[in-house]
Amino acid sequence: MTAKTTSSAVRCAIAAAALCALAGCSVEPWVKPYERDHLADPIMSFDRDPVSGSYTGHVHEAREGARGATGAAGGGCGCN
Amino acid sequence: MKRSFIFGLLALAALRVGHAGVLPEDRADVLLHSYDGGGVTIEGPSVLIRKQFAQKFSVSANHYVDKVSSASIDVVTTASPYSEERTQHSVGIDYLHDRWMMNVGFTNSEENDYSADTFSFGLSQDMFGDLTTVSLGYSLGNDMVSRRGDANFSDEVERQQYRLGLSQILTKNLLLGVSFETITDEGFLNNPYRQVRYVDTTTPQGYSYEREMYPRTRTSDAGSVRLRYYLPWRAAVHAEYRRYGDTWDISADMFEIGYTHPIELGWTFEGKLRSYAQTKADFYSDLFPRAQFQNFLARDKELSTFASQTLRLGASYDIVRGGWKFVERGTVNVILDHMMFDYEDFRDLRVTGVVAGSEPLYSFDANVFQVFVSFWF
Repeated sequence: MTAKTTSSAVRCAIAAAALCALAGCSVEPWVKPYERDHLADPIMSFDRDPVSGSYTGHVHEAREGARGATGAAGGGCGCN
Repeated sequence: MKRSFIFGLLALAALRVGHAGVLPEDRADVLLHSYDGGGVTIEGPSVLIRKQFAQKFSVSANHYVDKVSSASIDVVTTASPYSEERTQHSVGIDYLHDRWMMNVGFTNSEENDYSADTFSFGLSQDMFGDLTTVSLGYSLGNDMVSRRGDANFSDEVERQQYRLGLSQILTKNLLLGVSFETITDEGFLNNPYRQVRYVDTTTPQGYSYEREMYPRTRTSDAGSVRLRYYLPWRAAVHAEYRRYGDTWDISADMFEIGYTHPIELGWTFEGKLRSYAQTKADFYSDLFPRAQFQNFLARDKELSTFASQTLRLGASYDIVRGGWKFVERGTVNVILDHMMFDYEDFRDLRVTGVVAGSEPLYSFDANVFQVFVSFWF
């Protein structure tokens, strides 16, 4: 994946998402609201504790060349 | 010097949680963190508070401190151990309208040789019967770089971030998350203290040092996919993959798998394995053939070829079940991460008496400890 090609992909994805949102797309939900109790359980959260997620993401980002697309993450540095 | 902008983004990410159609929960978190590894210790608190008002708004604030004591391999081989402190403050506000959510945030980070300000704006919307949440975001950061002991040195960095996120309900037990992020930097991007080494046969050790020099621009792209699945016995497994590439020719892959298991009496346990590997920047070398060998020079181990693994164990205990006064719920949490780094082209210069470039490769382990309390109200 080169930076240039991925930038194009990101721009296309953003444009597609914006168009879709503006068009007011709607479909019949295949998982009904009353079937979402498992998904609502806190253990199913992608970032259950943001203060910890942000710190953990920072610990990794400070020591790795890669960055971004962590969803939500988190700290401590010592880069020198 | 820290990567303050990136942490600013992460702090702002911590302020941006929840689905588009629902404001984030009112909660307060007080965390103490500790990092110990490679001759570096970093400790400090992080306090995050979030509160709704007028049924359409949610405000948040974060106070974060890093107290650094460093005798890392870079420091002991080219400088003197030091201590410093970084303080960061973030504020944010979310506005909910129908299925739309808008958020605005600001982060300031200050240390004695680096100052960073980051503004962030984001939009998200639930759609397709609330099965899908799409989010778009933009951030702008401006950093001021200085160098201790050099009043004549001052430079700037400007960074912009574009992000796209998708959260999708696939089945009644399976969630999908997809993220793309592009970050562009322009300005003084290297560490003003770090040096590279080059072959110098006139010295006893066979090498000498000169200042590193980075390009003044960098653009990176990252994409990630995450899955989270609810198991029949009330537990969750998750998996994540991230691919990264940038204009410095660094490419990286990250895999992660984890398991979360609540039990009776209010306990929740979690375990996680994370594996990361990257290739070096095209201007990185552990030992350059001569001084001023090329325009751009780096010997930052974060830009070298290396791999790391992280093992996490965590536990959480509900301390306020059923509520107490205005507190609806409370938890005490402990998390330990054990990290292992193995470098493929960064050598341990603490070993002397060998031919330059034949020193053993560097590796180190680190332990990261978090303890925090959380209250929902």
